[in-house]
Amino acid sequence: MAIRTGLGNLKSELAPVDDMGRRAIAVCRGTGCSSSASAELVQALRGVLAAHGLGDQVEVRRTGCFGFCAQGPIVVVYPGEVFYTQVTPEDARAIVEQHVIDGQRVDGLLYDDPATEGVTEKWHEISFYGKQQRVLLHNCGIIDPENIDHYLARGGYGALKRVLAQMTPEGVIEEVKASGLRGRGGAGFPTGLKWQFARSTQAWPKYVICNADEGDPGAFMDRSVLEGDPHAVLEGMMIAGYAIGGRAGYVYCRAEYPLAIRRMEIALAQARDAGLLGEDILGSGFGYDIYIKAGAGAFVCGEETALIASIEGGRGNPRPRPPYPAVEGLWHQPSNVNNVKSYAYVPHIIRRGAAWFRGIGTEKSPGTAIFALTGKVNRTGLVEVPMGTTLREIIFDIGGGIPDGKAFKAVQTGGPLGGCLPEAYLDTPVDFDSLREAGSVMGSGGMVVADETTCMVEFAKYFTQFVCDESCGKCPPCRLGSIRMLEALERITAGLGKPEDLDEIRRLAEGMRQSSLCALGQLAADPVMSTLRHFEDEYRAHIEERRCPAGQCQALLTYSIDPETCVGCTLCARNCPVEAISGERREPHVIDQAVCIRCGTCHDVCRFGAVVVG
Amino acid sequence: MYADQPGSLIQILQGAQDVYGYLPADVLQRIADRLGVALGKVYGVATFYSQFYLERRGRHVLKVCDGTACHVQGAAALADAVSSEYGIEPGETTADGELTTEIVYCLGSCALAPVTVLNDQVMGKMRPEDLLRRIKQSLQASPKSGA
Repeated sequence: MAIRTGLGNLKSELAPVDDMGRRAIAVCRGTGCSSSASAELVQALRGVLAAHGLGDQVEVRRTGCFGFCAQGPIVVVYPGEVFYTQVTPEDARAIVEQHVIDGQRVDGLLYDDPATEGVTEKWHEISFYGKQQRVLLHNCGIIDPENIDHYLARGGYGALKRVLAQMTPEGVIEEVKASGLRGRGGAGFPTGLKWQFARSTQAWPKYVICNADEGDPGAFMDRSVLEGDPHAVLEGMMIAGYAIGGRAGYVYCRAEYPLAIRRMEIALAQARDAGLLGEDILGSGFGYDIYIKAGAGAFVCGEETALIASIEGGRGNPRPRPPYPAVEGLWHQPSNVNNVKSYAYVPHIIRRGAAWFRGIGTEKSPGTAIFALTGKVNRTGLVEVPMGTTLREIIFDIGGGIPDGKAFKAVQTGGPLGGCLPEAYLDTPVDFDSLREAGSVMGSGGMVVADETTCMVEFAKYFTQFVCDESCGKCPPCRLGSIRMLEALERITAGLGKPEDLDEIRRLAEGMRQSSLCALGQLAADPVMSTLRHFEDEYRAHIEERRCPAGQCQALLTYSIDPETCVGCTLCARNCPVEAISGERREPHVIDQAVCIRCGTCHDVCRFGAVVVG
Repeated sequence: MYADQPGSLIQILQGAQDVYGYLPADVLQRIADRLGVALGKVYGVATFYSQFYLERRGRHVLKVCDGTACHVQGAAALADAVSSEYGIEPGETTADGELTTEIVYCLGSCALAPVTVLNDQVMGKMRPEDLLRRIKQSLQASPKSGA
């Protein structure tokens, strides 16, 4: 890595220092694949290469997330970008000896793509990636995130250099405004405009804050960017600092992401060594540094005023806005708060131009959207698509549909403050405005799929429980409203619901929306209201018929034994914890409904499928 | 090292917890004295964040993720299985001080749902019987010293 002394010679120093297509075995070391033993895999590959004297000729590269987490650990062999899935340490020998040395691909490890005939060899030919466009993830799976040279070789820090050498702060803000970039934390506020507010506030010092407190359950987009391409986030924050006149930047990362924090710390140390942070950066006269603050477990700290309170070392309680952070933020100074992804887009926009960015996605939501696709879907993982792609394309074309032949029921976007959309809305394009019109939100990028076995009332109860746990308690509408809401939902799922409970839920939701202090309380009822809007019949079945159509609410289930199928093996009777089952050997058994506690054990143990759940 | 830096209370508490495993009352008092702030302020911060513990925790810690993706993939069954096997509810520690279980919201490994973390080791696509076996192995592999 070269130490940069001035802007003049930076261009030559930024020439590719490493041909990323040379002989290399890339192994995913994102959190997902790491938990599937990819660390042992790296060791095994290096061991086999060394045994063949290839240790210094073939690089074993630890990369960020490929996105196809369901098939992890992922390995890609260059040249040729041959894509191997579910690779175990025991496969290291075959990859090295058969593929690298003999040039024969290892067929057993290729992805058997259900969308095509037979196995697929190359990374970009897999249908999971077919409709994707990797802008934000363009380095994920390709570079070693702990090596700044890899980032430089892919054009990294070229945007910072251009900004410092050729652009005024106002010019940077104009470029970001012209790109139409909207805040990727979920609200979709124009990023350039936010920067302009911070720049125009007359006070000094000013701060740049990166919101990496990705608290939404079911979301790991920010984590993947931090882990897979940490320098892109830093470069975006540096450009933001130059644009608003910032003195320092803070990355507020949740403590649940230790790997992301470690990778960011490594990246920061490398950037400082390279003279990209500190005083008089690259001889431009611009002085700036970035610090990392680890959170300590509080969802509300994703709200920008709560996040600032937490960086200051206090309880993460939000405060009323205005004043907005652009006027009065960290240590009462003007501060610009953006999401991880928003910053990471900026180097691409500067390097390739606002017009290029506008050419992707839709008119009002330019660029790509990145989703963590999870839940009841075949191919879970990280997905980046142009804005305007439909939910159906994401869930069925990319995600491969619903497992086990079950029926799609709903997709939940926007995290615990988002909403659920039913099948009729599958052709909704994903962009900030279309999703909001449909009754959900874009949010930060969580996308959880529910199938016919997911009870929507229980789903709503889950989100409400989350809000109860995570409400900071400062304002009563959120603190008390969420508890009352949860009680109503618990009554319904316990089979004790009354028709008036639905009115009560609606009344509480309106009160919380209008009078809560921050977005957590204001949006807390949205998941409940969206399920009530689209699945009211399911709520009514619980209340009026004491029935859970999805068969999930234990209290509403009844178990009975089909006398035609029962062979009288007595297994269910012997396993029943309350002795509710009676019957003679080789005779059909019977469940006493008055004694049954609906635990489901009989259903689980029956080998003949004779226990019927109704 | 943080005492002179403003806004470092959370980092100080994290450091103290790394040393003691939890935050004993006298440690909170010492931090307050050293920083020259009221004990109430330190206590307020320590109780606000879910990752600070005011009570001693088990030698083995199991986190069961109940993020949305894990929830729809059956996280509740995992938590129930552990509760009935060891007789503790989430957030509690067994009487012998061996095992603490807790529910957490989202570890960001949603593609591997349902996810559990046993002593910092992430275990994806868990089923109740596998989880119970892993816990048992872990408890047996490192018996209590002197036991």
